[in-house]
Amino acid sequence: MNINLTLIGQAISFAFFVWFCTKFVWPPIVTALNDRKQKIADGLAAAERGAHEQELAEKRAAKTLHEAKLQAQEIIGQAQKRASEIVDEAKDNARKEAERIVTAANAEIEQEVNRAREALRGQVAGLVVAGASKVLKREVNAAANEALLKDLVSQL
Amino acid sequence: MTSSEYIKHHLTNWTYGKFPDGHWGFAHDAAQAKTMGFMAIHVDTMFWSLLTGIFFLWIFRKVAKSATSGVPGGLQNFVETMVEFVDTNVRGSFTGKNDMVAPMALTLFAWVFLMNFMDLIPVDFLPSAAGWIGHTFFGAEPHHVFLKVVPSTDPNATFGMSLSVFLLMMFYSVKMKGIGGFMGELTLHPFSSKNPILQAVFIPINFVLEFVSLLAKPLSLSLRLYGNMYAGEMIFILIALMYGASWVTGAFGGAMQLGWAIFHILIITLQAFIFMTLTIVYMDMAHTVPEHH
Repeated sequence: MNINLTLIGQAISFAFFVWFCTKFVWPPIVTALNDRKQKIADGLAAAERGAHEQELAEKRAAKTLHEAKLQAQEIIGQAQKRASEIVDEAKDNARKEAERIVTAANAEIEQEVNRAREALRGQVAGLVVAGASKVLKREVNAAANEALLKDLVSQL
Repeated sequence: MTSSEYIKHHLTNWTYGKFPDGHWGFAHDAAQAKTMGFMAIHVDTMFWSLLTGIFFLWIFRKVAKSATSGVPGGLQNFVETMVEFVDTNVRGSFTGKNDMVAPMALTLFAWVFLMNFMDLIPVDFLPSAAGWIGHTFFGAEPHHVFLKVVPSTDPNATFGMSLSVFLLMMFYSVKMKGIGGFMGELTLHPFSSKNPILQAVFIPINFVLEFVSLLAKPLSLSLRLYGNMYAGEMIFILIALMYGASWVTGAFGGAMQLGWAIFHILIITLQAFIFMTLTIVYMDMAHTVPEHH
């Protein structure tokens, strides 16, 4: 157990080691540790904030969905109403058109009837004249009996 | 080589110093080393303590340089665990404000642990290697080559640390409390009186008590570590002696060595921890200004 210069050498080494550790080893590691602590704290806070925001977003989404459903129902209702309106309108139009067509057809039929009646009247007059002439077995002066014939025709 | 020579050889430092006739050189045996007195240096203690200390600083510096606040790697994880461990201890025991105490505690813990750790290397490995190198390359007599690999079994190493700690204690005591405060601490406790005459009697008594307890701090700090490590080393040497006797004692010695080494892991860690903790506590004492009763 000799105490000698080694004691001083050891003390100097110790002082150097402590100085080096204080200056170059301890601060960066502690800084890194504190930074990480801060980072973790920030991360946890952010996660909590995120969860909260998600909750809010879910609420918002549910609300929007609900509104959309209401709107859709409204739109469907309106559309149905409009559709029945269109159908009614179409029915109405169709009925009017049909009536119009029927009226026109009736007018035409009447016209045709009249025309046919005129034609028949003419022919009947001819036939009556021919028949009469045959009955009389003589020439009837058509010109002389013109007035008579006309009168006959109008009576048909 | 007899058993006692073997043990002596293991307990002798590799000493470089000034011979009585004035020239410098390596001591050939323990007696020569003794004649050198104070002007000598234990080359082995210096070498191994510097090696372990630099190893510690190298590892920690490597991590410190690349330390990130992101996901740490394996080595960074280990270093951070050590730093946090020391930091927690310092926060628990040290109430003052001094940025140097925590790094000093870490240095002490790691360095003392590594120096103690040299004890777990089988006792003959490094001394035999040194003997072979000395004999082969330097032509020295093998049993004149000494190598004590555990620096903490050298009181120079333990006192080197504890006296440095003591000087810091004195420095901070005076700095924080002032000369008067420090002297008051040494002389006004534990006995005090309102009566001035009685107080004058108490002062020397107090001083003797407090001064002894003050000196006991560095002394116990270094001798505790030295004693534990020296005794542990001695047991390893005694166990190693059994290998030479017969294969039965050799086998028994192997088992003993294993058992003692496993137990010793606890001791070396504990001693490093005690050294660190007491240093923190002493530094705390130096920093606290006591409220007067």
